[in-house]
Amino acid sequence: MVTQPMRVVVKDLEKKFIDSRKQEVTALRNINLTIEEEEFVVLVGPSGCGKSTLLNIVAGLLSPSSGEIYFEGLEGNKRPKMSVVFQEVALFPWRTVYENVVFGLEERGASKEEQREKGKYYIDMVGLAGFENAYPKQLSGGMRQRAGIARALAVEPDLLLMDEPFSALDAQTRTIMQEELLSIWNRRRLSTLYVTHNIDEAVFLGDRVIVMSRRPGEIKETIRIDLPKLGRKDEKYRHDFDRYSDQIWNLIRHEAQEALVEEV
Amino acid sequence: MKQDGELSRQQIHNAAAFLDKKVPMYASVIGVLGILVIWEILCRLQWIPPLYLPSPIDIIRSGWEITVSGEVFEDVYTSLVRIIVGYVCGAALGISVGLILGFFRWMDAIFTPVVYSIYPIPKIALLPLIILWLGIGELPKIVIIALGVFFPVIINTYAGVRNIDPILIKVAITFGSSRLSIMRKVMLPASLPTIMAGLKLAAGTSLILLVSAEMIASEKGLGAMILHYGHLMMTDRLLFGVFILSLLGLLFNRSLVWLERKLLPWK
Repeated sequence: MVTQPMRVVVKDLEKKFIDSRKQEVTALRNINLTIEEEEFVVLVGPSGCGKSTLLNIVAGLLSPSSGEIYFEGLEGNKRPKMSVVFQEVALFPWRTVYENVVFGLEERGASKEEQREKGKYYIDMVGLAGFENAYPKQLSGGMRQRAGIARALAVEPDLLLMDEPFSALDAQTRTIMQEELLSIWNRRRLSTLYVTHNIDEAVFLGDRVIVMSRRPGEIKETIRIDLPKLGRKDEKYRHDFDRYSDQIWNLIRHEAQEALVEEV
Repeated sequence: MKQDGELSRQQIHNAAAFLDKKVPMYASVIGVLGILVIWEILCRLQWIPPLYLPSPIDIIRSGWEITVSGEVFEDVYTSLVRIIVGYVCGAALGISVGLILGFFRWMDAIFTPVVYSIYPIPKIALLPLIILWLGIGELPKIVIIALGVFFPVIINTYAGVRNIDPILIKVAITFGSSRLSIMRKVMLPASLPTIMAGLKLAAGTSLILLVSAEMIASEKGLGAMILHYGHLMMTDRLLFGVFILSLLGLLFNRSLVWLERKLLPWK
């Protein structure tokens, strides 16, 4: 049997819901996308384009109105492992950093020894060594998000989902975290779906950037970022980087302005 | 601009300094000690007849007498057993039922209205009925205390479970947690702070119910002892009983604070 590479397929997805004025709203329409093995896909769009809704549906936390999501090429018939890094981090406040990081392993019935080994490995990887026994409230925002990332990585998921993980952080911390995420990701290339409204972040991180429009949320364009994965902020790529950013911004600009007015 | 070359200056001072003002440790003792001293002086001067209000020293002296003679121990012991058994039963039941109401939508829909309609009844009003059902032994007193503890605990537990941030449950779901595991590892620890608040609230209630029940329908216990000495107009012994009760309340509160620190190191 030929082993085909794993991929995640989202097919003909649609999501409707009833809003507070009892009107039917189409949040997502005609969504088709794939995430290949070891691919970093970024969903970018103005607020209200349904990108977080889409991520939640992929995570199995919301049901779509129609359409389907499936994994292809997974070994055997095992249930796909997914983990989510939320914007709110959502560490369990009553668990220490270590206990949070091994939570997923615990739930999968991993042995104590495996928990210790992987817990230590991923805590080291995100640079939280020495903080194993700290509670989340004792950590800064950036450190909490590192713990959140370690918790998501520790189960070694088939698909990693990240929902605006750095948007609650201050600008300096965010820049550092983006760089750290890339170097972590490079060590362990997981298929990743990353949601953001930050264009710069999308171009910096993504192999492919999917630009979404709003009302209804649809895929407007898919842009492959043909730059080396690391060092995209280097001077020699400045021109290409800005070109990608402008291209995305021009796709979104008009709708972002619309969103601004509507949110009042 | 002034002509004489002298610019006017308005200095800014920290107007919020009073917020950070430090008060020395001994200040907290002044009030209590001061009242005791004035009380003692007023009694010594015979301004207050000792029958109405004996002096602090007299209270301690008569307290010492009944302690040495051992009279007081039986009452204290009886009361302690009643309140501890009643409190523990009421709290355990309140937490378990509160968790169940919080977890299961059907249970919630059916039984939460029942709980809320019984909650406002002053539980002591049910004592005659409970005595009718259970006789005059220890059981009715324990039951009335348990009942008084049950309601604040169940309502707090329920509120705690209902107010859990749903994202924490979502995290557990994405990691493949089972329903049971979500309850045990997410819902219970997340609602523990509110449960503790309910337990503290119930401590006060249980003490009130203990004394009332013992005054209404008991020969023994601190409530009965206070009432008894009141009838005999032995106000010094009466007040010593009150003093033991306040100590009991303080001790109760301290133990709950200690328990909270043990259980919630992450708060």
